[in-house]
Amino acid sequence: MESVGSIIMYLIIALSIIVFSVLTVTSRKILRAATYLLFTLFATAALYFKLDYEFLGAVQIAVYAGGIVVLFVFAILLTSHPGHSSERLVSKKRALGFVAGVATLLVAGYALLSRCCMAMTSLPEMSNPTMKQIGEAMMGTGEGQYLLPFEAISVLLLACIIGGVVVARKR
Amino acid sequence: MDITMIYYLVPALIMFCCGVYGFITRRNMIAMLISLELMLNAVDINFVVFNRYLFPGQMEGMFFTLFAIAIAAAETAISIAIIINVYRSVKNVKVDDLTEMKN
Repeated sequence: MESVGSIIMYLIIALSIIVFSVLTVTSRKILRAATYLLFTLFATAALYFKLDYEFLGAVQIAVYAGGIVVLFVFAILLTSHPGHSSERLVSKKRALGFVAGVATLLVAGYALLSRCCMAMTSLPEMSNPTMKQIGEAMMGTGEGQYLLPFEAISVLLLACIIGGVVVARKR
Repeated sequence: MDITMIYYLVPALIMFCCGVYGFITRRNMIAMLISLELMLNAVDINFVVFNRYLFPGQMEGMFFTLFAIAIAAAETAISIAIIINVYRSVKNVKVDDLTEMKN
């Protein structure tokens, strides 16, 4: 049994996720789409906080909202005029997108509902993963520890930095 | 009222479908990239929710999400570098107009 405050928080988060993600793909001004994406990402971070993963929520805000959205805004300002809105969609393209979206919704929704009994498990008790646990899981090589992916990600980020500089540099 | 797992999976599903719709209908490359971020984000939510509800006390889903966020950041940085480079040579970021390499 959940408290009333928890249910209200859930409703706010779920509604803002749905509304802002619909607005992200339907808004015709691209800068507005990026702003709605920012709100969607914030709502996702709030969802992580609500599920007791504080570290993950902080990472979501820092990397997505702080890094990626700023990158998007810079790229939009560099490549298009701020007041300019994209041209009206041709109805064929819109119908195609609509069909694909609804088909995804139906297939995945059917898969969800056919596993209904599993999807109805209520929230089990869990102590929040502490920073000590997270750090040990990231820095070990034993079972359930992730040193190798961590190092692979660091090499990937290095390659990404060098690649970004090489690709975007003026010749 | 109990908030069960499906209450979190349905918003994530709608977010994913919005991503699919946007990826097909948008013509601007940056807008397509934004739709891609929506899809990645929906998958991240699924990882976290399954981890929290079915395997509490373990951290696999959480670490998957952490690494997915890092990879999404790298991917966005690279693709925005490519888009800016394309804009510099073609003066456009609409996918319909990028036909230089076809001929």
